[in-house]
Amino acid sequence: MEKYLMINGIKVFFDNEKNILEVIRKAKIELPTFCYHSELSTYGSCRLCMVEVESMGIIPACSTPPSSGMVINTNTEKIINLRKIVIELLLANHDRECTTCQKSQSCKLQTLARRLGIETVRFKNVVRKTDKDLSTYALVRQQDKCILCGDCVRFCDEIQSIGALGFVNRGSKSVVCPSFSKDLELSECVYCGQCSRVCPTGAVIPRSEVKEVWKALSDKNKKVIVAIAPAVRAAIGEVFGFTRENGTEAAGKIVTALKIMGFYKVFDVSFTADMTIVEEANEFLERIKEGNNIPLFTSCCPAWVKFVEQYYPEFIKNLSTCRSPQGMYGAIARRIMPNVLSVKKEDLVVVSVMPCTAKKYEARRRELANNGEIDIDYVITTQELAIMIEESGLRFQDLDAYAFDMPLGFKTGAGVIFGNSGGVTEAVLRNVASDITGGEYDESEQFSFVRGDDGIREAKINLLGRELKIAIVYGLKNARQILRELKTQKRKYDFVEVMACPGGCIGGAGQPVYNDLATRKNRTRILYENDKTLELHKPQDNPYVQKIYNDYLGSKPGSKKAHEYLHTHYTYKKRFKESVKISEKNSKGLEVNVCFGNHCMKKGSKEILKHIVDYVENKNYKDKVNIAASICLEKCFSAPNVKVADTTISHASNESVKEAIDKEIK
Amino acid sequence: MKSNYEKFKSVCSILEKYSFDKSKLIPILQATQEEYKYLPQEVLTFISSALNISPANVYGVATFYSHFSLIPKGKHIIRVCDGTACHVKKSESIIEALRKKLNLNNSQTTTKDMLFTLETVSCLGTCGLSPAVVLDGKVYGQMTPSKAIALIDQIKE
Repeated sequence: MEKYLMINGIKVFFDNEKNILEVIRKAKIELPTFCYHSELSTYGSCRLCMVEVESMGIIPACSTPPSSGMVINTNTEKIINLRKIVIELLLANHDRECTTCQKSQSCKLQTLARRLGIETVRFKNVVRKTDKDLSTYALVRQQDKCILCGDCVRFCDEIQSIGALGFVNRGSKSVVCPSFSKDLELSECVYCGQCSRVCPTGAVIPRSEVKEVWKALSDKNKKVIVAIAPAVRAAIGEVFGFTRENGTEAAGKIVTALKIMGFYKVFDVSFTADMTIVEEANEFLERIKEGNNIPLFTSCCPAWVKFVEQYYPEFIKNLSTCRSPQGMYGAIARRIMPNVLSVKKEDLVVVSVMPCTAKKYEARRRELANNGEIDIDYVITTQELAIMIEESGLRFQDLDAYAFDMPLGFKTGAGVIFGNSGGVTEAVLRNVASDITGGEYDESEQFSFVRGDDGIREAKINLLGRELKIAIVYGLKNARQILRELKTQKRKYDFVEVMACPGGCIGGAGQPVYNDLATRKNRTRILYENDKTLELHKPQDNPYVQKIYNDYLGSKPGSKKAHEYLHTHYTYKKRFKESVKISEKNSKGLEVNVCFGNHCMKKGSKEILKHIVDYVENKNYKDKVNIAASICLEKCFSAPNVKVADTTISHASNESVKEAIDKEIK
Repeated sequence: MKSNYEKFKSVCSILEKYSFDKSKLIPILQATQEEYKYLPQEVLTFISSALNISPANVYGVATFYSHFSLIPKGKHIIRVCDGTACHVKKSESIIEALRKKLNLNNSQTTTKDMLFTLETVSCLGTCGLSPAVVLDGKVYGQMTPSKAIALIDQIKE
């Protein structure tokens, strides 16, 4: 028998929907919600999805499972008033400076206040003004815009498995913030920025660099060059009302807009994406040949890179040492372009347009700096690009399309599909397959089996005389699962692609805010169709890539010059800087840190600590030694670790630590 | 007074006792607070690392319950009941008198010499004794401001 609900007098059939909200939305009624996201757990805090169910009364639709025959009304007078009160109360506790809020027009609170016909707020505004958290380049947090829906908290925890944000205090004192109310910079945040995407208001927003870019553009002595990432062309149309094309038109219009704004050259990050593939595929082949550091992890996603550095230092060696396409663009722009464009190095300003908030952080990574100087001056998101276009007063949809500047403007389809989850893998396969077999693999559909919507996908392919196992992952919780299983040897791969954001870069937090899967899927489609319209599909066929290699990078991938320009390194990023004091006195003596991370604890750090405490006591070193329990020294694979002064003793034993203490004291 | 080492060792034992089970976070925090008399930030970080949960999560729990304190408490803890029954019997005047006696301003709860901490609780369940005060775990009923001050004086002597 078919199951159905009676919704506002209309029979609506359902089968697997987990709650009546989903069924109501299926019936094309957009029930308002703040805290409901189909990909997250049901929270039921915003109380906007209340409906009246016969013989049940008023109940929240999001947390009520459907049962056949329910008679539901979504719009009774009672419910309408209830929703209005909820919104009014939220507005009474909200910083209502909407006109100057970056989230204006994509703010759900603003939209719902209008949709629900709020004309006045009957309650006094009691919001406590707070300072903005400007500690990171990626995101800005502003407490007084927060409505406590918890979307950011759940996304960070449930999808990314980070938990950088949490609820603090309770009742009227509740706030959302990082642990110990620290700045975001000091938390475990990897800057994926998805919190800002799911935030219905402006409580977390990407940090804008628009002002700085305008300033550079207005400086007559500067030449400002810019490059746009593949995913940007897939989403910018959403802001200006055209989403049905294949990305070529949007990319061309972006070039025109940027030229009108005064950018000296407009390049395409897809070009350096082609280079990334050529370089990374070469690295992959070498690793396969030598059997070292397999699987190879992609390193294009800075949030994923920080994740590995922070939580899994033992896997750092598996990360491809190739810079991301943005990183390569930075190196080439800063070190080769002055020569090519005949511009003085100090007059050049380098900008990139990214779908991503973590790219803002990546650009400032000290590992990417060249003699202490960073390559890229400013990173703006797709959202910021749209704002700049609007500020310029350009009718974007009516602009003519222009071509990118050479040489960093020519790309193959491989560089374009980078923006999709699975794109890097597909591009690497296109490169590797034809390199090895010499065969013609230029069909853009050849390796389309790596495409898909799932957060963890696997593929096998016979190449290099063996079966290569590949995993394609998005979402860091999925990535954590893969890493755990790689560690226990439950899974084995040769190549693992990870993107932090759902769907890959096209779903990045710098893109125009979206809330539905259809929008994301359309972006994916745009990039794959864009690939089809291009003449070339294999990155190694890009003649300009070949030329740059010939002229500046030692003629071939993996050369010494290529390594100097196009590769990077990674470092442990200690998550916790705290340590628990063990010594009674705070002497200026020798610092002895016993690691109490999970691995070290299992390997007996408790016993070692006991020995050290006893030893210091017996030897009467009490005034000379400061003992602390550290969390953690981040050398988990050589547990237990003890740090004496500046030297970390790996696989420490009672004896080796005693020796070290004696040596330091004498 | 336990030494830092003994306190830390106890936290390790507490974690072991609960088999590093994250669902036992609240009893672990309770036992830890028994040791330190409050929850130091670095110990909370250690617990979060040992239980494999984010520090924000632990911090959230520790700030949610008024039983947990993130700042050091005094040697003696005075809890004045401010539940409905005690409130109508003028518990507020007792709180005021104690604040004055202990030289505490509005946001302060612990005296500078770390001898006393003054807290209010929402109900002790001893409404028959209202207004009630608990000093170091012992309940005193039918209190007045002067009786409360006398208690403090007693301890000070």
